[in-house]
Amino acid sequence: MNCSRGLLLMLLVASCAWAVDNTPALPTEILQQRYRALTHELRCMQCQNESLADSNVPLAADLRLQVRELLVAGKTDAEVRDYMAARYGEFILFRPRMNWRNAWLWLAPAVLLIAGVAVAVRIIRRRSRMLAGDDSPEDGLES
Amino acid sequence: MLVELGHFALVLAMMMCAAQACFGLAGPALGKPHWQSVTFSAVAGQLLFVGLAATALIHAFISNDFSVLYVASNSNSALPTFYRVAAFWGAHEGSLLLWICVLCLWTVAVALRAHRLPPAFASRVLGVMGLVSFGFMLFTLATSNPFQRLVPGALDGRDLNPLLQDFALAVHPPILYAGYVGFTVGFAFACATLIEGRRGQEWARWMRPWTILSWAFLSCGIALGSWWAYYELGWGGYWFWDAVENASFMPWLLATALIHSLAVTDKRGLFKSWTLLLAIGTFSLSLLGTFLVRSGVLVSVHSFAADPARGVFILAFLVIVIGGALTLFAWRAPKLVSNAGFALLSRESMLLFNNILLVVATAVVFGGTLAPLIAETLGLGTLSVGPPYFAPSFMIPVLPLLTLLGLGIHARWRRGGLLHARQSLLIAAGAALLLAAAIGMGAYSSRSVLAWVGASLGLWLILSSLIDPIDRLRRKLSLPAAIMGMSIAHIGLGVFVLGVTLVETTTVERDVALRAGQGAQLAGYTFTYQGGESIAGPNYTGFRGHVLVTRGSKTVARLTPEKRSYWATGSVMTEAGISAGWNRDLFAALGEDVGAGAWSLRLQYRPLIRFIWFGALIMAIGGITTLFDRRYAPAVAPTTDTGTDVAAQRATP
Amino acid sequence: MNRFLWPLVGFALLVIVLTVGLRRAPDKSIIASPLIGKVAPTFDAPDLIDGTRRVSGVALKGQWYLLNVWGTWCVGCRAEHAALLAIHDEGRVSIIGLNWKDDDLAAIAWLAQLGNPYAAIGADRDGRIAIDWGVYGAPESFLVNPEGVVVEKQTGVMTPEIWRARFLTHLDSAAKAAP
Repeated sequence: MNCSRGLLLMLLVASCAWAVDNTPALPTEILQQRYRALTHELRCMQCQNESLADSNVPLAADLRLQVRELLVAGKTDAEVRDYMAARYGEFILFRPRMNWRNAWLWLAPAVLLIAGVAVAVRIIRRRSRMLAGDDSPEDGLES
Repeated sequence: MLVELGHFALVLAMMMCAAQACFGLAGPALGKPHWQSVTFSAVAGQLLFVGLAATALIHAFISNDFSVLYVASNSNSALPTFYRVAAFWGAHEGSLLLWICVLCLWTVAVALRAHRLPPAFASRVLGVMGLVSFGFMLFTLATSNPFQRLVPGALDGRDLNPLLQDFALAVHPPILYAGYVGFTVGFAFACATLIEGRRGQEWARWMRPWTILSWAFLSCGIALGSWWAYYELGWGGYWFWDAVENASFMPWLLATALIHSLAVTDKRGLFKSWTLLLAIGTFSLSLLGTFLVRSGVLVSVHSFAADPARGVFILAFLVIVIGGALTLFAWRAPKLVSNAGFALLSRESMLLFNNILLVVATAVVFGGTLAPLIAETLGLGTLSVGPPYFAPSFMIPVLPLLTLLGLGIHARWRRGGLLHARQSLLIAAGAALLLAAAIGMGAYSSRSVLAWVGASLGLWLILSSLIDPIDRLRRKLSLPAAIMGMSIAHIGLGVFVLGVTLVETTTVERDVALRAGQGAQLAGYTFTYQGGESIAGPNYTGFRGHVLVTRGSKTVARLTPEKRSYWATGSVMTEAGISAGWNRDLFAALGEDVGAGAWSLRLQYRPLIRFIWFGALIMAIGGITTLFDRRYAPAVAPTTDTGTDVAAQRATP
Repeated sequence: MNRFLWPLVGFALLVIVLTVGLRRAPDKSIIASPLIGKVAPTFDAPDLIDGTRRVSGVALKGQWYLLNVWGTWCVGCRAEHAALLAIHDEGRVSIIGLNWKDDDLAAIAWLAQLGNPYAAIGADRDGRIAIDWGVYGAPESFLVNPEGVVVEKQTGVMTPEIWRARFLTHLDSAAKAAP
């Protein structure tokens, strides 16, 4: 099945399919995808380790409906997240927001990587110098 | 009566461990060799009494003794016998007893092989393990006694959490613990080395098999948990970066670094203090995991009932054991120097990168898991961290790691160089890139760059790992178990990477509501809901739906997703209907009864998802294969304190 | 400093973080409300008992009120009902009920049976108002001052002790400041 036929079929199905949560499908595929992504990123406040997308409780259903309405009203993803965080706090977001307060968390992996590589380079340099003065016999290749 | 005997047996076991620790550590220190044999007797005693205690608890479960609080809380007369036994480790108290049992078995294993080690060293290893066992037993007896009576006894139990009434999850804890707890052995070896102030590297050779075996168990345990989550939790996910999952993943990452670091120390006497620190670190993460799961410090679906009082105890235990070990390290490690050198493209250098990248990965997971706690402590407000953070952040150290891995396995020791393999490597790299593009676009119509990168890396690992074995077989050279095992393990990793890549980039998922006879299209398949019926099981009632999956006119699978309501707890569980294939899973889970005979369903097409768990299994098999290498055989004489092991040298091909 | 001491230092820091975490452990599932100190969300709901009237935040400006989220399906609400009646009798603050996703008739019958501590009750049948207040479970109670700012929230059952310790203090200090 080529791409465009598949897309058409998906759209048809999407328009008459109801989500597990019974939220009516969104008018366009893009919105449906954004809805999907957002509901996976938001925490269900009642079953706190599930996302809105996966949770079965009534509160999750209400919140999913709310997300749907915000998307249909033309809000951006950031605005939806702000809306939810203003009411429930940062805890509702699975993705910590990118601001100065959380900078350390988001930058940490890259910073650690650079630091780690720097350490490795230093050690390798030192050991390479040691190698020059070391003339014990060669070892074979093995693990 | 038996229950009280079991309780008393646990007390006696604790005393045995105290003896094991005291005699084991004091014997060599005071130069009393005959105390060392007391240590072995103490181990035997521990085995006897721990066995008695475990038997008593199992018996209480099987015989439905609801006068025992733990049995009443976790079992039920309608519970099938197999799960009554599994209920042993269904909650906090029993899982601690499981930890004690597993640690006891590892101790016995070490004791049985102790004749291969210098007697004083073996004695110290057992002594340290005795200390850890003692701590766990004290904790159990003082705060979490599984033998506590319920007066008056309950008429029937509260039932085992329905989530745990499943084969995979029943065996998941013992296997996981076999791994987790096994790191105590490495820790004990490290402590003994530090206590003795050993300056050589022989201890690395001794430590390797124990660490690899624990690592293999842990790999299987984590894979089992992931597989279970996939088919049991109803939405087809296999990893959530949940705090408790991370608590088992971090020791795995660090243990992988440890295995590789041990190779360098064993072979060339380098990175000695680093390896010892890793051994301490891996065990610390195991203990930390225990703490996190039980103290209520982090929010998690997995955590046992939060009890800060228990948290305090474990934290104190952590401080004593780890604080002690790290102090020992700070004292002794400065004397562990080596003057060996190595070149940039050497195996040592590659393994150094391996370690650094794995440690960075561990730190990323660690940071993300503890971030809410850290933010709170520093007054930075509430923070919430989930998969959208972990997944990309984890990639940052891991993508370079996977790329270098393919090169690293071919690097030679010391003066290094990859020139000898450059032709094969270029072919492998080219083939990987092409094949990945072909598979991505051809089989899965995927234009995703991420999919191409991931699949290329997976194939790169597999092809690169095959180069050496094929070369050796072609030239009729020997293929030692160590090399075979290494290749298998890395191939397993490649398979795993392929699986994760395809699942994450080409899964198709649809939530639909269907009446009987209605169907939905998904990735070329048609899922038709055919209605369902009410069902009743040994301790539940529910509804089973029938979903027919066809491709064109051919029937591909009949799925039977269920929704069960367990009598005793009232919990509702989803059993997904899955058609498993080596190259794809077709998945259907019941959502809700939406009325008029229609049900909402989650349907998924998951390509290559089985590769994830098979990859992990292959890795474990690879690890275990290396244990059969001749270098660990008893015929090889114990090494001297300073030199490398001459007998283990291999000829350069 | 001996660089081999760094692991021990790092471990010590970790222990500090974990100890702090332990102290807060029992409240882990209770999330601090972001509304505290902020202006209360506007709301406008039909009155539960008299369908022609409306209950709105605007009309309540200028007085203290306790917004109590409840439902007949909620076990904790039944448990806290006596405390609410006591607060009502005290007369220091009016309690505005928000009947969350409930059946109107059942709610009215419930109040008839157990007593009505509410000055007015809004019916939030679709849960929108609850979302605006960041409600994620029942019962929950919010204390709002005359300026319309949320000063305190109780997640869970209200008891006389909690009322005295955390809520009355706001009323008392306001009374002292403006005699």
